[in-house]
Amino acid sequence: MSETFTKGMARNIYYGGSLFFILVFLALAYHTEKTIPERTNADQLTEAVIRGKHIYESNNCSGCHSLLGEGAYFAPELGNVFHRRGGEAGFKYFLPAWMKAQPTGVPGRRQMPQFNLTDQQLSDLTEFLEWTAKINTNDWPPNIEG
Amino acid sequence: MSSQTLFKFESQKVAKPYFVFALMLFVGQILFGLIMGLQYIIGDFLFPLLPFNVARMVHTNLLIVWLLFGFMGAAYYLIPEEADRELHSPKLAILMFWVFAAAGVLTILGYLFVPYATLAEMTGNNILATMGREFLEQPLPTKVGIVVVALAFLYNVGMTVLKGRKTAVNVVLMTGLIGLALLFLFAFYNPENLSRDKYYWWYVVHLWVEGVWELIMASILAYVLIKITGVDREVVEKWLYVIVALALISGILGTGHHYFWIGAPGVWLWVGSIFSTLEPLPFFVMVLFAFNMINRRRREHPNKAAAMWAMGTAVMAFLGAGVWGFLHTLAPVNYYTHGAQITAAHGHMAFYGAYAMIVMCIISYAMPKLRGIGEAPSNKAQIMELWGFWLMTISMVFITLFLTGAGVVEVWLRRLPESGAAMSFMDTQDQLMLFYWLRLISGVGFLIGLICYLLSFKKSLQTAADDRPVPLPAETA
Repeated sequence: MSETFTKGMARNIYYGGSLFFILVFLALAYHTEKTIPERTNADQLTEAVIRGKHIYESNNCSGCHSLLGEGAYFAPELGNVFHRRGGEAGFKYFLPAWMKAQPTGVPGRRQMPQFNLTDQQLSDLTEFLEWTAKINTNDWPPNIEG
Repeated sequence: MSSQTLFKFESQKVAKPYFVFALMLFVGQILFGLIMGLQYIIGDFLFPLLPFNVARMVHTNLLIVWLLFGFMGAAYYLIPEEADRELHSPKLAILMFWVFAAAGVLTILGYLFVPYATLAEMTGNNILATMGREFLEQPLPTKVGIVVVALAFLYNVGMTVLKGRKTAVNVVLMTGLIGLALLFLFAFYNPENLSRDKYYWWYVVHLWVEGVWELIMASILAYVLIKITGVDREVVEKWLYVIVALALISGILGTGHHYFWIGAPGVWLWVGSIFSTLEPLPFFVMVLFAFNMINRRRREHPNKAAAMWAMGTAVMAFLGAGVWGFLHTLAPVNYYTHGAQITAAHGHMAFYGAYAMIVMCIISYAMPKLRGIGEAPSNKAQIMELWGFWLMTISMVFITLFLTGAGVVEVWLRRLPESGAAMSFMDTQDQLMLFYWLRLISGVGFLIGLICYLLSFKKSLQTAADDRPVPLPAETA
């Protein structure tokens, strides 16, 4: 690098540039905060949904599954599982039955553990995944398979 | 040979247990990685003894913790020298080593032997829920322990810098370490709204690995380059500032590439795409930096292996974090690739190239001195170390290529077709088995490389007596 570009100038770009973009970042966080309630239907964020999220976390579901594309890639995406597995009519029956049937024990196939959730917990988890499926995700995932 | 001729301050020695323990955890990380690699193919391997989610948690958490041990070891080694004074409190550093090591071991044992839901209940997750989010799976007491260790560590190295000489290297390193600790506090914030949760979760994850960790990496690299090339500090530090400026200017708003599909507003599609496109730049400059400094070297340092790690980490970080990151960072591309094996490909090479390799770089430079062997290990030991370097690095290139292949096919089958025509998740996985086998074989290659690397430490002891390089007097300054 040439002599006209000094260490001091580089340092100032580092401090000034970082500070500037931190401020822009915080402004965008403010904007995001303003839009999240509407995009996530925060008015439908019931106690059951909140309990369902806690169950999702306490059983480390993200250790195998992705949720809105984040988590592990060992098992199916769950952000739209509500739409994939029964929707309004059927999902509330599908999920508890599915969870109770695990593990399938098919030799060589990936196995989902039995988490021994109560009916109440299964219902909460169902509510959580239904609420999640209705978040405005800019139309992601591209199709029903997640 | 007294250690005084090898490094300047007695307190630099506290780095040694940190480096040794980091490498022990690294071995554990790789073993669990191999188990997972097999579980990807034989789905019920070790089930229900070790379900995939537990193996994955151990694999990723060991990675994070061994890198943190490595960063702390690096700081304890280089900060006294840069500040030109003894470490504020070597005793505190050793005490914190044991606290962190015990917390780490207990956490891993908890993951392995207690069902996760029980572990959550036992450790207060019903009072303050922080667990069960990717990479932040640690029980609350562990997270508190990390904060305590980080505060004691920052106090210790911070006092050393405050009382001593301030150089660009130690100031940038301190900024990175303080940022690391501050951003970790978001691990305690778990909003009830999933979108908001994810939004701030990235303040830890992205702003670590694509933000402040780059400061840590660049400053360690700058330190090693000053030492092994003898190039004027002014020149090195100018490069360092340019790199970290580019890292933060691109990386902070680059966070937006994680905000495309989680419920955040549409503005992030543009901000994330544009700024994360710039994110390869700091890594590209790091490549220029490492090769330039080594080409313009003013001395022939006997530790060729350390120089190889310095060039290697820059190149592999550029490929893994820069190129493989850019591959899927534009919103229209990421729409199809998000949450598929492409992400795994990028994650593996980026973490190895940028962070595993920079820690092995400082270990390569510092360990011969810390062990009293000399400026450098014997030639035989360096050759063994380079075998480790090449085997691990080439294996990681193949792991990345095979996961990329898996990801492309996965996207082709599951993501690109319309609903109805698209293949289901599990059916798609069945089509990827060839890639997963090849990835597993590459993983075995990586383990062999790691064994060579570890054996090089033994070899340097065996051959130290008869094949000891002559230390250069200038190096002690």
